[in-house]
Amino acid sequence: MKMKLGTMAVAAVMAASPVMADLVFPSLSYRTGPYAAGGIPFADGYADYMNLLNARDGGIGGVMTSVPECETGYNTEKGVECYESTKGEGALVYQPLSTGITYQLIPKATADGIPIHSMGYGRTSAANGDVFSNVFNYPANYWNGASGAINYLMSQGDLAGKKIALVYHNSAYGKEPIRTLEDLSKKHGFKLTLLPVDHPGQEQKSQWLQIRREKPDNVIMYGWGVMNQVAVQEAANIRYPMEDFIGIWWSGSENDVLPAGDAANGYKALTFHGVGNDFPVFEDIQKYVVDAGNAAGAGDQIGTVLYNRGLYAAMLAAEAAKTAQEIHGTADITAAMMRDGMEALEITEAKMAALGLPGFGPEFNVSCANHGGPGLVGMTQWDASAKTWSLINEFAPSDMDVIQPLIDEDSAAYAAENKIASSCK
Amino acid sequence: MPTDLLYGAEVVLNGLMAGVLYALVALGFVLIYKASGIFNYAQGVMALFAALTLVGIMEGQVPFSHLINAAFGTDIHHFGWHVPAFAAILLTLAVMVGFAYLVQRFVFRHLVGQEPIILFMATIGLAYFLEGVGDLMWGSEIKKMAVGLPQGGSLWVEENTQWLGFGNEDFYGFFIDKLDMVATVIAVVLVLALVAFSQYTKQGRAMRAVADDHQAALSVGVSLNFIWILVWSLAGFVALVAGIMWGAKSGVQFSLSLIALKALPVLMLGGFTSIPGAIVGGLIIGVGEKLFEFSFGPMLGGATENWFAYVLALVFLVFRPQGLFGEKIIERV
Repeated sequence: MKMKLGTMAVAAVMAASPVMADLVFPSLSYRTGPYAAGGIPFADGYADYMNLLNARDGGIGGVMTSVPECETGYNTEKGVECYESTKGEGALVYQPLSTGITYQLIPKATADGIPIHSMGYGRTSAANGDVFSNVFNYPANYWNGASGAINYLMSQGDLAGKKIALVYHNSAYGKEPIRTLEDLSKKHGFKLTLLPVDHPGQEQKSQWLQIRREKPDNVIMYGWGVMNQVAVQEAANIRYPMEDFIGIWWSGSENDVLPAGDAANGYKALTFHGVGNDFPVFEDIQKYVVDAGNAAGAGDQIGTVLYNRGLYAAMLAAEAAKTAQEIHGTADITAAMMRDGMEALEITEAKMAALGLPGFGPEFNVSCANHGGPGLVGMTQWDASAKTWSLINEFAPSDMDVIQPLIDEDSAAYAAENKIASSCK
Repeated sequence: MPTDLLYGAEVVLNGLMAGVLYALVALGFVLIYKASGIFNYAQGVMALFAALTLVGIMEGQVPFSHLINAAFGTDIHHFGWHVPAFAAILLTLAVMVGFAYLVQRFVFRHLVGQEPIILFMATIGLAYFLEGVGDLMWGSEIKKMAVGLPQGGSLWVEENTQWLGFGNEDFYGFFIDKLDMVATVIAVVLVLALVAFSQYTKQGRAMRAVADDHQAALSVGVSLNFIWILVWSLAGFVALVAGIMWGAKSGVQFSLSLIALKALPVLMLGGFTSIPGAIVGGLIIGVGEKLFEFSFGPMLGGATENWFAYVLALVFLVFRPQGLFGEKIIERV
């Protein structure tokens, strides 16, 4: 009887003790459908980094992480369903990985008090934290990308009188850089030609025949999925110089250049993070995640551009969670605390080096007013023989004199439309 | 000759070539619809599956390797050999014939006599099932279609048409993609072969008999099961050809299944039951959409091709609902 009472007492004490729930980082992934080739490496990188933290560090601040995956198929309705079905699990932050899904989630997540991190995509003017209190798009957005491309070209020579063509996905995403490029064309005196490509982009003969006729000095591309591979192949077909062809970061993965083979050599793409696997963190991933049999996928994506992007997103989420734990003095943080951590995030070179990612991304701070970071953009180039991307231009600032007024204008219109009061008092 | 006229001629040439590629996809739809009255929603996915299988066989990829590795803790991905393109094409054809048998044996045999909408819905299920199987078998990564097809613009055409500009420096000669030229030759051979097969072989005649009246064909001893397997095999073959051509343009990836969208206006225009209709429809759509984009695209903001193809098809539908070459259906009341 004594034994039974003792057992019951221990059980009661255990039940009464606070149990640390996992830190939940839902992954709205797409491992199936037409865009799976882009979705898989990102999801693998995101999950592998969180697994690494669990296996090597015992989680974040002593609390284990979990990454529940929900398949969106890159479909906006499914993305919203995924959000609704996972938010109750204690979700700390969402990475929608789709501009369409991000647009749908902005009002929902704001009402639910859950932060969104749309890194390098989504609504560009969400960089204004005064209006978009729960949305973050650091370290760079579409407009930074457009300006980064122009700045890079200006570093190669004067753009006055030059012709630049924008080949873009004919969607909200693809149209994002138009306004920025139009303003930049007025400022720097180049002629801008707009060449939209309808979804999915398997047939682009008209656009590339026009490029062949008009011979622009440079082509900038905002594409995604099959549109990228076809564009690179068509550029090679008309013998357009690959060195003069620049893709946004969503048009700059191995997927986009490998099908064209040697013809893609020299193609350039913007980036906001490091490329390749020459970083100490990858040894840890091999040791603690892959060799332990806990890799998210087949382990064959490690070090690819989109895997690195997923890993970078996870690293930024984990660092924001650590910041939130420090601010609020508790390891068991909520989504509201996570938001505070994201808003106070500081990424320094010393911090990245300590994480095994020296020089992997730019240094930056986030603030209440600036959820977009500094907008530093680098340039990469494809080497077809080595099958590797190399960073050929360090992370450099974009033209905020042009971008900031556009952010202010668009966010002010959103605030007026949705009657949003200033959140940065 | 004025430069704009030369550019227009170049657009027409490229439109014709693009039309051939659309027609290649449309042909698969026509074959199945003509013989069984089924609108095969899975035709685009069949092209994807055939291309995935071809590349997988060529590269010596182990089918279902992710599944095998997950279940047994192994780490196998490749057999370690490379199969020559021609042998791989034959093996892929065998897979597509096997697929045709399975479709007939497990799906359509049980649906004989059902309403067309039921058969259509069955093909929707088939499309998603086949896409999933393709993913499990060969993985989702983008693969290069390396069957030795030429790529890039033809320098010969470019150099030998430059004189048309009479010294105009803005005209560089006509651009024609070598891959498109090959596709045109293959499409012509394919259509001639299909027409010859249906006209001059016993199986072809049986196929036509089933298409005309399957009950009458049954009464004279034609096996409906065999004909349906034959037709699905032929559609699988056409899907393989389309998969190779489109896969060579963009790499083999899951968006290949979306090429079916390009075939729909071709079918509306050419008719669902005519092989020549698919070709002529493809050419009209190809030239029409490219010329419209060239002439009016800049005024309308560009990207007119997708919707204009459907507008063109709708215009034809209004005046000729059965399509240019389709059979007029007259039902007595």
